[in-house]
Amino acid sequence: MSTTRTSGQRTPRRNRRRPRWPAVLPFFLFLAVCFGIPAGTMAMGAFTVTDPATGASRYGLDNVTDSLSGAYATGLTGSVRLSLFSALLATVLGTLTGQAVVASRRPALRKAVVAACGVLANFSGAPLAFAFIATLGTTGVVTRMFDLQRTGFSLYSFTGLVLAYLYFMIPLMVVAVLPALDGVRTQWQEAAASCGATRGQFWRHIGIPVLMPSLLGGAVLMFGTSFASHATAAVMTGSSVPLITIQISNALNGNVLVGQENLALAMSLNMVVIALLVMSVQIPLQRRSARWLG
Amino acid sequence: MARLNSRHAVQGLAALYFLVPIGASFWFTVDDPVEGVVFDAYTEGMASEGLTTSLTLSIGLGLATVALGLLLMVPTMVAVALHLPRLRRTVELLSMMPLVVPPIALVAGVSTVLSWDQDLADTPFYQTFQVLQNRDFPLILVLVYTVMSLPFLYRSLDAGLRAIDLRTLVEASRSLGASRTQTLRQVVVPNLRPAVVGGAVLSLAMVLGEFTVASVLSFRPFAVWMVEVQDSQPQLSVAAAMLSLLISWALLLVLTTLAGGRTSPRYESQKNQSQKNQSRNNQSGKNQRNSTS
Repeated sequence: MSTTRTSGQRTPRRNRRRPRWPAVLPFFLFLAVCFGIPAGTMAMGAFTVTDPATGASRYGLDNVTDSLSGAYATGLTGSVRLSLFSALLATVLGTLTGQAVVASRRPALRKAVVAACGVLANFSGAPLAFAFIATLGTTGVVTRMFDLQRTGFSLYSFTGLVLAYLYFMIPLMVVAVLPALDGVRTQWQEAAASCGATRGQFWRHIGIPVLMPSLLGGAVLMFGTSFASHATAAVMTGSSVPLITIQISNALNGNVLVGQENLALAMSLNMVVIALLVMSVQIPLQRRSARWLG
Repeated sequence: MARLNSRHAVQGLAALYFLVPIGASFWFTVDDPVEGVVFDAYTEGMASEGLTTSLTLSIGLGLATVALGLLLMVPTMVAVALHLPRLRRTVELLSMMPLVVPPIALVAGVSTVLSWDQDLADTPFYQTFQVLQNRDFPLILVLVYTVMSLPFLYRSLDAGLRAIDLRTLVEASRSLGASRTQTLRQVVVPNLRPAVVGGAVLSLAMVLGEFTVASVLSFRPFAVWMVEVQDSQPQLSVAAAMLSLLISWALLLVLTTLAGGRTSPRYESQKNQSQKNQSRNNQSGKNQRNSTS
């Protein structure tokens, strides 16, 4: 104890245990205000029923049941179907592209592909929709060149949307899956080959099982991206393909009916629930893939 | 030989799929049925007032978003990495939350909150709501975009923090007499430069292309303007789409140059490997520290 005074020069720094939480306070405050309040409002609003005549509101499930029936149910299943389909295609095609890049072992090709993927993965939303309208729309360059109208092809359809979504999802998948593909060691292939396994057997019994968690993780990412995507579909197809994101924005922009807003909130809540369900698959997967590819 | 051919076929198809829409869009903007090839969409269009105002607004919003995001995330993540390991999972989880809430759902909540302003007419909050929705520079968009950019910033900064020995750096700096803010500004941030630049560029690209939130809240940044002119001047809107592709390409170029260039894949994988080892060491070190305290 007597030393405290003699080493008085040092004690302030040692003993001054300043609380550390002020450094993280702005972050929590910001999230609470800018994310917590809107998200809370959304959840509350989804369960609030406003009487159009009196303007009085009470809690109830009317909005939620409305958002899960009729046209809105079609929109929800349409979104899920589109996301599942495009996520599956993007996962397969992105992995094949990534593997082609890894297998070629040419640094120049790899650099070029990674750079291109970086740009193309961000080429989504309205600009992407315009590029596809200019290419395959009614007066698009390719449509006119090959007279695609006669074949019955329409860009403003489910197929058209998948085609457009894949344009940014495949590059995204390539970027996401490249590290995992790099993790598949050539030594494993050599070991398998020296044990007499064919290339097909190697991938079936070693490659794919090891990659599986990363692939599923990528597929979840793809699903989420496609499910949340709104601008491309809104600009390209308007509301000709029933999608929940477009129904929400219509309900928000229309705001003619009282309570329509709450219906938009209920639909938003549905989206969050589905996204949560799908994302929750990813967390245990990441742990598993880290064991092999870490 | 057969394998080689199939690989070439795949590469060819991929090139076709990814190049044709860009080529066709460009052709769409310069092809005039009467006069042949004209560049009016670029020369006159780029000078149009709507384009300049909306693009300036988008860039301003982007820079403000990046600034706010970094101001929030860098001190938080450094403090958590140094002193508050228990908050780590919480910060990670909270930063990733915006991934679960799609932009359209987030803006549904935001627009409902903003619609309360009539009820708040007599309170000081009303003024705040008016400032947030100022048409010249809608701060509300900066706030929403910052929320949306948190996952990018978190991932990028987390990777950056794992790659450096933060504790030693900070202890060295502090023992040489630097203050906390000096240490953060002159030691930590320069060492995190690739991560900071990476997160910033991704957020900036996101804001420049964002359409959903701005259009629901009826503001008019670049992407919304692009859609609005589509009916009257389809060529101009496609030309603007080409411009936005060029901008994101330029941003990526800036990113690779500023982040100090990753050279060969082998170097990259070695670096990743050492980073992983390091993070594993940090992890085990942290666990020990936790168990002893």
